[in-house]
Amino acid sequence: MRRRLTALAAVLCGGLALLQLAAAQGNSQRPTTTAAAAPSASSPAGATTATGAQSALVARGHALFVSSCASCHGMSAQGIRGRAPSLHGVGAMAADFYLQTGRMPLPSPRVQPLRTKPAFPPRQIDALVAYVGSFGGPPIPVVHPSRGSLADGQRLFGLGAIVPSLNRATPRQVAQAIRIGPYVMPRFGAGELSEGQVDSLARYVQSIQHPDNRGGWGLGRIGPIPEGMVAWLLAAASLLLIARLIGERMPDQRDERAERTGAAHE
Amino acid sequence: MSSSDERDGGERRPGFARRAWQALVVIVLWRVAGLRRGRERSQELEDPSRRRTGAAPWAERLLLGLFGLIALAAGSFVALFVLDPNTQLLGLALGAALALVAAALVIAGRWLVPQETEVEDRPRLADEHEVEQVVQQGRAGLDGITRRRLLAGAAGAAGLGVTAAVAIPVVALGPGIEDQLQRTPWHAGRALVDERGKPILADAVTEGSFLTAFAQGADRENLGSPVVVVRVDPTTLRLPGERSGWAPQGIVAYSKICTHAACAISLYRSPLSPTTQSRGPALVCPCHYSTFDVLDGGGVEFGPAGRPLPQLPLRIDAAGALRAGGPLSGPVGPSWFEDKS
Amino acid sequence: MSARAGSRRDRVADPVRFVDERLGAARALRFLMSYVFPDHWSFLLGEIALYSFVVLIASGTFLALFFDASSTQIVYHGGYGPLQGASMSAAYASSLHISFDVSGGLLARQLHHWAALVFVAAITLHLLRIVFTGAFRKPRDVNYFVGVTLLALAILEGFAGYSLPDDLLSGMGLAIAWAVAMSLPFVGGALATALWGGRFPGSGVFESRLYIAHVFVIPAILATLMAIHLAIIMIQRHSQFRGPGRREDNVVGTPLWPGYALRSLGLLAAVAAVLVLMGGLIQINPVWLWGAYHPYVGTNGAQPDWYLGWLIGALRLMPNLEIHVFGHTIVPNPFFGGVLFPGLVFALLYALPWLDRRFISRDYRRHDLLERPRENPLRTALAAALLAMVAVVFAAGSVDRLFFQFGFGYEGAIWFFRGAFFVVPAIAYVLTKRICLELARERAHPLRAWDGQVVVRNERGGFDAY
Repeated sequence: MRRRLTALAAVLCGGLALLQLAAAQGNSQRPTTTAAAAPSASSPAGATTATGAQSALVARGHALFVSSCASCHGMSAQGIRGRAPSLHGVGAMAADFYLQTGRMPLPSPRVQPLRTKPAFPPRQIDALVAYVGSFGGPPIPVVHPSRGSLADGQRLFGLGAIVPSLNRATPRQVAQAIRIGPYVMPRFGAGELSEGQVDSLARYVQSIQHPDNRGGWGLGRIGPIPEGMVAWLLAAASLLLIARLIGERMPDQRDERAERTGAAHE
Repeated sequence: MSSSDERDGGERRPGFARRAWQALVVIVLWRVAGLRRGRERSQELEDPSRRRTGAAPWAERLLLGLFGLIALAAGSFVALFVLDPNTQLLGLALGAALALVAAALVIAGRWLVPQETEVEDRPRLADEHEVEQVVQQGRAGLDGITRRRLLAGAAGAAGLGVTAAVAIPVVALGPGIEDQLQRTPWHAGRALVDERGKPILADAVTEGSFLTAFAQGADRENLGSPVVVVRVDPTTLRLPGERSGWAPQGIVAYSKICTHAACAISLYRSPLSPTTQSRGPALVCPCHYSTFDVLDGGGVEFGPAGRPLPQLPLRIDAAGALRAGGPLSGPVGPSWFEDKS
Repeated sequence: MSARAGSRRDRVADPVRFVDERLGAARALRFLMSYVFPDHWSFLLGEIALYSFVVLIASGTFLALFFDASSTQIVYHGGYGPLQGASMSAAYASSLHISFDVSGGLLARQLHHWAALVFVAAITLHLLRIVFTGAFRKPRDVNYFVGVTLLALAILEGFAGYSLPDDLLSGMGLAIAWAVAMSLPFVGGALATALWGGRFPGSGVFESRLYIAHVFVIPAILATLMAIHLAIIMIQRHSQFRGPGRREDNVVGTPLWPGYALRSLGLLAAVAAVLVLMGGLIQINPVWLWGAYHPYVGTNGAQPDWYLGWLIGALRLMPNLEIHVFGHTIVPNPFFGGVLFPGLVFALLYALPWLDRRFISRDYRRHDLLERPRENPLRTALAAALLAMVAVVFAAGSVDRLFFQFGFGYEGAIWFFRGAFFVVPAIAYVLTKRICLELARERAHPLRAWDGQVVVRNERGGFDAY
């Protein structure tokens, strides 16, 4: 029983590994949020210049901020030394990027911000973005992937770095990430990458999200690691089974390997 | 607890369920014992050879069917190749044909042809008598030669010479080595340009961003050419004394080629804010994650790199563009014997 | 065809006679046909490797008809949109051409690459079988050396193969290979420069050298060694497990004709079938997504093919030690992970027959009967420990993937694997030894046997266990 369980566990691990592969490549793309930006302030003035609806949104954002963000970023987003930076001037762009991609809120200040599911529903994100945006800073960028060039995009992409998973990045998030430079990704200002080049990169990222996997099952387009796993767990495993089938021949030959000599070395 | 037990005047007698369970146990025990005993039974057979003829009746018909299917699959591969060479369909058609061929061969091998076990003697291989003959014959070939040791030694020396003569042409494979490995296109005054050849302005380098620059006029594929340019807060710089003028406005440049194994350094760990991340900005190589400190002249913080990243002294010219202030601080790329480090 | 006038045409006898009258081949044919192959599924692993090699030769020949091994820079105009007008080497462009414009080209490319991965996997499984059953002992130690050499060459050949298309992934791998070549003490700089025709990325001649090595030199050596490998087996006859009537001085099994030939050919077709299906249905190495290689471009997630994973792991794990003496770097860092570690492992593999004779089994006799792993617990445990060590290093090679997929901190993971490098093999040794001893005691099949207990209620109301 023990050994059967071991074998079963081994098979399960292999199967799970294959499933993980399938899941990784089958990450459904998030529905592309429309380029119509959230009602963020395009002028960097404070909350007072907005319309009534806008100021209500900012107020709601402030309330959410106090309960969810102020413990690290301070009651009016001024930052707390040793915990979190000030958000004055980071703009709606940064707020929208970090909240939409789940990089913020962090469970603790020492944790690295990596992409996860967003912690807030879209309406609340809009409110928080409006609030942070009211302190000024870059607005949410407008991106036109259709105006970009695919060849340029691939070329520019290679000059920088590859991020963990672009399967869920919308064109807007691509542009934001380029301008912000989250974690190990470098940041590229307007002088380094023009609007047109950002468009091209967004278009390129879009194209690799809708893969033209001409070779078949894409394995998440991760690289040689899943390829090696498939070679072992699929090819080698099935060939072993086939060898087992071909190798065992006459029924009375099975299980006749004897412990005749009984000379098990102790 | 057996509720199925029948109560009979205060005395419990096993019910049906109890009997069934005991029967099951007996059967299991019998099987277990059987598994263990079965191994011993056929040890007494001295001659394991046997032969069983007679094809299974279904085998021949199945094979005929398989051959037809194989022809079909192969034919569809041919048709697809000409009409619509879609990779997946081609793979399916040919793969199916081959799988059917495999099935046919195995079925033929196991159920069609006679099944035989035969015994063959293993050749002895070792034959001491023959060995002696060979040795004698060999030694006889040297009869009459007196200065054996001397001749052997001299032949060895001659052989070494010939081997060296045969091997030395490999040197022609490569041009002058030291020159190749040490030379870079950087010297004082050389402008830094981007991938398109446009000079890079100091203002274009923002804090937290990361730029790839090349030596103006040099071949971009030259390992010595690409550099990484970043801007940091000048007050946080900890450059060695002789490099104090190398970072105008806090803009620093380092070779983009990792000193571990020559990969292009394309990751930049720039902290979100000085108070939240414990370590300063660092260039990280994606291959084996050698991490180079940007603030202290490219020193290795983590990872297998054995030498710091060579730094390029910078200055800003009158037009606000970046220029090199001299050659790189060290050899580019991975270490080797003559790298003089 | 028969010279005898008036005799009936015999469709079997006539060709045989034809050949025999010219080559004296009847004796050889008889030897072959009655050659006995012992039956066990684990004896087929080497054949899987051999048949993968056959598939490699076939698909490789097709690819070689279209590949252009030149690093001349050209502008791409072909079937792949996103790279239109991009500047790239002719080698990369011809790889794109094969993938997008040649009928069946992508199938051939993917088939070739999958076959390479399975080729080395099969050799590895075969090696494990040889080591764990003691098949490397006299008189098969010589053949074992041939086999280990085949493994080393297969790994080298695979690396050369996927470096040919000059895409970003393979170019990064070549850069690391160059750094490893440079790291050889004293001669590294000269050797690497000579091989590459200059400093990396080298001159145009390097791509040609790589190509000739991959399509001619190494395959020729591989084929020759394989022929020697098979010839030695035929001379010595295959080893066999213990069983009824099986002794050290005989071979019991299936004769080549008709049974074994058919089943072995069936295995060839099965291997080809699996590889072709994968070549058509599962994408591998999409070079068009990686882009052309430039020394100044780097990307995360660059990994070698699986059989080199142990080397990237070693390179990542090694702390930044470099040995400098009088201004010269005697031992650059990549030497430890790229040369010393694989060198030690292969040295151990080559030394295994001697180590086994002298220290482990302490047995200098000839053996033709195989041992079950449990019958030699010391050797099995030591081999398991070595395998575990290589496996730990192999796992360490994917630390960046672990980081980006699961969020494990990179530096912490590296330290974890450094510790595991020492701890895991020790655990593997102890565990394996105990399992061997217990299996030998119980004489049970490791996977199929029932080793549980039956618990029965007895009359007294208590429980008995059997």
